[in-house]
Amino acid sequence: MKDRSYVDIFTEWDIVAARQLGRNEAKEIGFGTVDQARITTAISELARNIYLYAGTGRIEISRIHEKSLFGISIVASDQGPGIADVRQVMNDGYTTSGGLGAGMPGVKRLMDEFDLVTKQGVGTTITTIKWLR
Amino acid sequence: MNKKMVVAINAHMDEILKRWQRGMEDDKGERYFEIMPEHLVDKTSREFAELMTSNLLENDVVNPEKLSDFTGKIVRFGWSIKFVNKSIDQFSSVSFDVLEENEVITRDNLRAYMDIFVRWITPLRESIIEAYSVEWERTVSLQKIALQELSASLIPVFDKISVMPLVGTIDTERAKLIMENLLEGVVKQRAEVVLLDITGVPVVDTMVAHHIIQAADAVRLVGAKCMLVGIRPEIAQTIVTLGIELTDFTTTSTLRRGMQEALKMTNRQMVEVDSQ
Repeated sequence: MKDRSYVDIFTEWDIVAARQLGRNEAKEIGFGTVDQARITTAISELARNIYLYAGTGRIEISRIHEKSLFGISIVASDQGPGIADVRQVMNDGYTTSGGLGAGMPGVKRLMDEFDLVTKQGVGTTITTIKWLR
Repeated sequence: MNKKMVVAINAHMDEILKRWQRGMEDDKGERYFEIMPEHLVDKTSREFAELMTSNLLENDVVNPEKLSDFTGKIVRFGWSIKFVNKSIDQFSSVSFDVLEENEVITRDNLRAYMDIFVRWITPLRESIIEAYSVEWERTVSLQKIALQELSASLIPVFDKISVMPLVGTIDTERAKLIMENLLEGVVKQRAEVVLLDITGVPVVDTMVAHHIIQAADAVRLVGAKCMLVGIRPEIAQTIVTLGIELTDFTTTSTLRRGMQEALKMTNRQMVEVDSQ
């Protein structure tokens, strides 16, 4: 059994691949349908952001086990332009691509833990975790 | 020289096949031979060997017709390309060994035989790879067409009411298609209420929601009403968590309920009639 797997994002269809991988993992870990939908949606948002803003990047999905807790971690990383104003990105309704602007704050709400590291010109890495309850 | 080689290979065919099969079974990754009944393994192996040697008879130049015949048959075996590649390698190296052991290949003619082997194996491998990649490209393009065929058609169900069932992943290309079909259909079918059914959409993220909202807005502009139906409970929860506002249009959990609403909007209702 693999504990870590990843999908490289190059095209729009890779988003589907990343999502599928996440759903399968979530199902195997034992998440219910609602949490499965949350996890897949979060992956979809993260992967789409990579595709839209950085062009290419990677979605890494791993199982985690801490004390008595099991969970899934999703790491989205890219070597894109980085995010200029993180606070703005985390605000509902802020968008630079004409979308809804609900993606990033939405992911934070969908998941249990959310960590964003970004540097302009270097790239962005977002780490999120969902715990199994 | 070629002929001599074919004669020698055919003479020692049983030995070659035995070694070849043993070599192929060592390959743990593939299980084509394990799941096949034994007599079939034997038959396929012999067929494969025959195909291999048939290309050897043609002196120096490889006959393209025979080559394509070879690849066509090999592709039909249903082996993976990795397995086929290994089969060819294995066959050539086993043949070489056997010929060497039987002193058909000697120190003196080694060089010449090596040339023959290269001229024999290289075109086979090239044509196999080409055949497989053509096959894959064909499959992919067929699937793309199949996918396009099942995207988004607007179905007139009742007078003034149309339904568009959405199935599968919605990407930018499909979203555009959905919008076009929707608007065109609404005008053509003179629909007053359109039901967008998302039962078959696996994930509703902000992009999908954005496209749906845009489609609904556009439908409103051409004078009809858009309703979102088939929202599964888990999708409803993620939409709420994402903070997507869908307050502008009516939403229901199932198509049936949506249909009732739509009938109400157009001042009609369904009634049961007494059976005679």
